[in-house]
Amino acid sequence: MAPRRAPLEYNRMWQMKLWLLAVFIFLYAPLVALVAFSFNDSKRNIVWQGFTLDYYRKLFRNEDLLIAFANSLTIAFFATIISLFIGALAGVLLWRYRFFGKTAVEGAFTLPIVVPEICMGVSMLLFFTRVLPWPNDLFWPLNLGSIIIAHVSFCFPFVALVVRARLASFNKEQEEAARDLGANDWQAFRDVLLPHIRPALIAGALLAFTLSLDDFVITFFTSGPDTVTFPVKVYSMLRFSVTPEVNAASTMLILVTIVLMALMMLMQGRGQKKP
Amino acid sequence: MDQVLDSGSKTATKPIISFRNVSKRWGSTVAVDNVSLDVEPGEFFALLGPSGCGKTTLLRMLAGLEVPTEGTILIDGQDMGNIPPNKRAVNMVFQSYAVFPHMTVADNVAYGLKIDGVPEQERARRVQEALDLVQLGHLAERMPDQLSGGQRQRVALARALVKKPKVLLLDEPLSALDAKLREAMRFELSQLQQKVGITFIMVTHDQNEALAIASRIAVMNKGSIAQLGTPSDLYEFPASRFVADFIGSVNMFEGTLIDDKPDEATVACPELEPYRIHVPHAVLGQESSNVWVAIRPEKMNLHKDADAPPTVPECPAAHNISRGEIQEISYLGDISIFHILLANGRLIRISRPNRSRFDQDNFGWGEKVWVSWGGTSPVVLQG
Repeated sequence: MAPRRAPLEYNRMWQMKLWLLAVFIFLYAPLVALVAFSFNDSKRNIVWQGFTLDYYRKLFRNEDLLIAFANSLTIAFFATIISLFIGALAGVLLWRYRFFGKTAVEGAFTLPIVVPEICMGVSMLLFFTRVLPWPNDLFWPLNLGSIIIAHVSFCFPFVALVVRARLASFNKEQEEAARDLGANDWQAFRDVLLPHIRPALIAGALLAFTLSLDDFVITFFTSGPDTVTFPVKVYSMLRFSVTPEVNAASTMLILVTIVLMALMMLMQGRGQKKP
Repeated sequence: MDQVLDSGSKTATKPIISFRNVSKRWGSTVAVDNVSLDVEPGEFFALLGPSGCGKTTLLRMLAGLEVPTEGTILIDGQDMGNIPPNKRAVNMVFQSYAVFPHMTVADNVAYGLKIDGVPEQERARRVQEALDLVQLGHLAERMPDQLSGGQRQRVALARALVKKPKVLLLDEPLSALDAKLREAMRFELSQLQQKVGITFIMVTHDQNEALAIASRIAVMNKGSIAQLGTPSDLYEFPASRFVADFIGSVNMFEGTLIDDKPDEATVACPELEPYRIHVPHAVLGQESSNVWVAIRPEKMNLHKDADAPPTVPECPAAHNISRGEIQEISYLGDISIFHILLANGRLIRISRPNRSRFDQDNFGWGEKVWVSWGGTSPVVLQG
């Protein structure tokens, strides 16, 4: 017989193991099916017919889809950079200063996270048609400006929150020590505060990038005919039929996200344990 | 503060630090209340007081991390009015040490020099010098999280000293160390100060620490300086009840001044009746005014119970004695502390050194005893 279980060692109960297995199946079975059927040699994609890479080949010849993918990456890139900048400043502001209406400002920062995406989408649509009409014929990447702005609006609060949480563990005496040793405000920020919030900036960038890359609802309302992003394009492909090409496209998106995630985690890990 | 230039410091030297009527208020809270204070070059000065007495605020104002609400601060004769912390010739060792965790020990120490644009070769030489000074030369390439608390403090010390400040500020330098290390560091700090010859100003709430290291101490209470003097001045001649109570432990008796002649005085304390307190000097107070008498535990004697009360030399009979019962004995190794319950219900402390390994008197719990003290032991405090 196995040794007796300690009171809190729930992970050693077979019921718990079964439950864990069920959760994993529930979470990942659809994804596994999606990936598997991207290799299915059938147009209707209902029954497994045989292995093929045809749909991936088709994918890489589908110029519209490639353009949409490039658009998505461009938007995600710029949205991340801008969110990082605004979010970091906002995080530092909320941590460092006490000012009138601080709670209200904090609430306003979390609003884009809480407000239903559809409402954000509609409001963005109205904003970019009525208040700030975005011209259609701008050159790259300015033609994506409206989408980038929309993405920044819901990405930067995440960065701000992560940075602020990280700052809670910052010892203010370190900044004072830098000042005491001769650093001016900017040097103290650069040499002491910035290294401390680095992991938060990496995590925030990761969040912002994936949020922007995946976003469908808000993008759907702000994209024009010439500025289609990858998720929007996939959706429009779906309207005709669920071909394995859609599966293949989705698989590529998952792959990109996983690779990015792994890269960022690697960077974060290295930042924390420097020799 | 007229007694600023007293107690053995060389006269005619220009003070390295001058606080002139400095106050600091946050809203209605007064942290520092009209403090004037001079620190002489080469002193090891301590600001001592309970938490919230304004000592740290005073130090931070000196470093430029807080701005005084009123008054001026001079460092080496120069008004620090609008001078930011990075332009002041003082450096600080913070309570948390504030060692930069993402830099090596050497980079930490080099930071201030790098900011100042000291050329690389000279920088390396001075960093090595500073690290050797605090005996950390062999750990230059370590990261701070690989160091012990004591070593991190040495990094902070080296980092401040490498800039050759006119004054080194230490904020509770020993409070985070364990007891054994603290004692060793006390000694090392004063050695270090003598070696580098820089003025040190230390903030502490630990009176033992201040007494052990400092050449001069300012005891602070509620934002102002309660007393300024050498360690022995403060201990043997406290100027107020607060100082007597805060520095060391003390038995305090409230009483009435019943006799005040040029060469002797007598105080009647209800808690000691029928016995009285006699001192061989004038108190210079109003007769029958209210006074407090402070007597240190080690300046009181314990006698075996006998019918006749002990006699105290140069003291009238029935003065400077009392009778009680041992309620508790704390054996601390080097000394023992006796808690004596006097007949009137007052509890006092008496400490005795354990000079011999076998105590002849062998006092026990619950034993009836006589207590006495010499005429020079009590300090009579007015008001």
